[in-house]
Amino acid sequence: MDFFNTLTLILDSTIRLSVPLLLACLAGLYSERAGVFDIGLEGKMLAGAFAGAAGAAVLGSAWLGLLCGILVSVGLALVHGFASITHRGNQIVSGVAINFIAAGSTIILGQAWFQQGGRTPALGAGQRFEAIELPGAAALRDVPVVGQIYSELLSGHSLIAYLAFAMVPFTWWVLYRTRFGLRLRAVGENPAAVDTAGVSVTWLRYRAVICTGILTGIAGCYLSMVQNAGFVKDMTAGKGFIALAALIFAKWKPVNAMFACLLFGFLDALSIRLQGTPIMGVRVPVQLMQALPYILTVILLAGFIGKAIPPRAGGVPYVKER
Amino acid sequence: MAELAIALNGINKSFGPVHANRDINLDVPRGSIHGIIGENGAGKSTLMSILYGFYQADSGEISVNGKRVSIKTPNDAIAAGIGMVHQHFMLVENFTVLENIILGAEGEPLLNKSISKARSELARLEREYGLEVDPDALIEELPVGLQQRVEILKALYRGADILILDEPTGVLTPAEADHLFRILGQLKEQGKTVILITHKLREIMAITDNVSVMRQGTMVATRRTRDTTVEELAELMVGRRVLLRVQKGESTPGDVKLSVRNLTVKDSRNVTMVDNVSFDIRAGEIVGIAGVAGNGQSELIEAIAGTRRAVSGTVTLDGKPIDVTGTVDPGELRDRGLAHVPEDRHHVGLVLAFEERENSILGYHDKPRFLNGPFLDLAVIEEDAKAKIEAYDIRPGNPHLKTANFSGGNQQKIVLAREMEQDPGVLIVGQPTRGVDVGAIEFIHKRLIAMRDAGKAVLVISVELDEIRSLSDRILVMFAGRIVGERGPEATEGELGLLMAGVEQQEAAQ
Repeated sequence: MDFFNTLTLILDSTIRLSVPLLLACLAGLYSERAGVFDIGLEGKMLAGAFAGAAGAAVLGSAWLGLLCGILVSVGLALVHGFASITHRGNQIVSGVAINFIAAGSTIILGQAWFQQGGRTPALGAGQRFEAIELPGAAALRDVPVVGQIYSELLSGHSLIAYLAFAMVPFTWWVLYRTRFGLRLRAVGENPAAVDTAGVSVTWLRYRAVICTGILTGIAGCYLSMVQNAGFVKDMTAGKGFIALAALIFAKWKPVNAMFACLLFGFLDALSIRLQGTPIMGVRVPVQLMQALPYILTVILLAGFIGKAIPPRAGGVPYVKER
Repeated sequence: MAELAIALNGINKSFGPVHANRDINLDVPRGSIHGIIGENGAGKSTLMSILYGFYQADSGEISVNGKRVSIKTPNDAIAAGIGMVHQHFMLVENFTVLENIILGAEGEPLLNKSISKARSELARLEREYGLEVDPDALIEELPVGLQQRVEILKALYRGADILILDEPTGVLTPAEADHLFRILGQLKEQGKTVILITHKLREIMAITDNVSVMRQGTMVATRRTRDTTVEELAELMVGRRVLLRVQKGESTPGDVKLSVRNLTVKDSRNVTMVDNVSFDIRAGEIVGIAGVAGNGQSELIEAIAGTRRAVSGTVTLDGKPIDVTGTVDPGELRDRGLAHVPEDRHHVGLVLAFEERENSILGYHDKPRFLNGPFLDLAVIEEDAKAKIEAYDIRPGNPHLKTANFSGGNQQKIVLAREMEQDPGVLIVGQPTRGVDVGAIEFIHKRLIAMRDAGKAVLVISVELDEIRSLSDRILVMFAGRIVGERGPEATEGELGLLMAGVEQQEAAQ
């Protein structure tokens, strides 16, 4: 029973830790499926986290904070779009620039506005997204296994966590069952086909990066308004890049993306849980456990996933052929 | 005079300093097949792109079915009933046929209804025009002939009455091309208007009702096809008299230079592409290998040239073996006097992003005469490039220009100049004139004959049967990886065609 409790705890934190990865991963999916590579997920998440926490602290409402986070993140996404779609700039350079801008400006603005060393003020009740108890969770708590899974594992997450997982089937539906999705996938494979079919490549790609901005904004808000009660500098800590790795690992498919993010979340949860615990009598250094998810990322991407074929037009600005 | 489907009046278009279209007038009667020919860069594609709304003309008028129209985007063209089949197919390769057809014409935000509507509409079009294709097949799994059919269906699905085809046969085998022409004939019978852009004279004569000739951005003539000849059209295109069939004397074969015995080659999917092939090539002869694309010719020359490993068999060059089943260094083969002009000049023969002078020594860049100590001797390389430009009439004659900016024919001349000027004993040429203008074809053919007359052994593979027949002293026909026959240059097209289709072999088997 002790083992079962431990497992439930680890899985519960797996879900919590997967949420920002999943949102960022799906964000990247919209953009990359449309042929715009985005390594600026990290930066947009960070900016979203800051704007969300700052907005919530100043305006006193979690929802207004979330709105601020989304708006700022979408703004950065549009900068990326302007550079790489309108001006056909290098998408990697533009993405890196956004990461730098976000890392620097969140600290400067945070210090200028709140004088707390780059942090935002701690968020109180009503300024954060609280955990939601699913109906009947309390009643079922004592039912062995099933009740425990329901009340411990599935219940008690924030609205954003449920939203993140709901985004998986929604994204699948958008991609494969709507006109927008068909065109989005087409523009990432062969923009000339879309152009000659009389559909604007530019507008389509802009809509895709806006989707990306919305989702990275929400992912950032989850970090600063759910996992934490305020913004801390560099709080994304590479999650944007892990999400990118998960996206490749998932071969740019939404359901795969969920499993990839859960796997990375699980490793993260495991490494936290196992810190300081001897494994088979050996004390494993904390640093090694913390490095585990990153080591696995390298190993998986280096060859365990088979050939991941990116969208064919990815990273290439569309220029009409002469 | 019949009603006009398309009337262009005074169309002008410039790209920077290049005047791509100059005062173009064009009348296309409804229900006809109208050919537009011209060399690469004559402005045919630009003109059609203007008609399809891809570019806008600087000046001029377009009328469709007698009405003035303003075509600013492909959407306007589609609305006016114009459909286009591009030279490079505008298809999403990992989409199904159906998804490609509805792309941009889905009708409503959700796909369910539009897909089922498209499915029944597609079935109707297939019946009406005899254009069968599996709607659920993935594009990348279809042969190019069927992919092109999807492009045609795409245009018809959008209600096109006027169909523009840009160089439609460039990627097709002769059989597929014939099939396409039958389809175009059917479309015409149904009252559709077809505009066919090509630089192949044979196609114009075979299928069109009228033909317009473009040269250097101007429309130089329009003729009724039945009132003109291939010779006249070629002269109009190039601006001078052109020999369509190269003149050559008798060959005087000497010693065996290259000998292939029992060569077997498999491709990356482990399918046998070359099956136990043997032949010899002697000094002073051109051996042509005819065959429908994909019957092993490509793999054969790649194996001989050392760019693909053979499974078994031997190849000897000047009596000494080439280790075709082991690791061959193509550089070493060059040193031994075997030069190779690859089929795919864009990906194998040239580095398009390099300057002309760099490409003109590529593969020979480590020869002492191009080196100055450990460094490239740029002065010598430049002189060498200029000499080749002069000798092979490569235009524009600027050795510093990026290779991508040369036309197809001139790119091919760069590769040929590089390989031929090394004075090899054996020259292997894949598709010597694919995508090359009539004028340049004549030049390249003359050069190949000159190599032969200088006592070199030349192996040519080509999907153009005319080319094989006009160049070769001996013709080998490949079908399904085997050499199914050998004929002299006097063999008729029909006779070779049957061999290429594997007909004789099947009859023999029965």
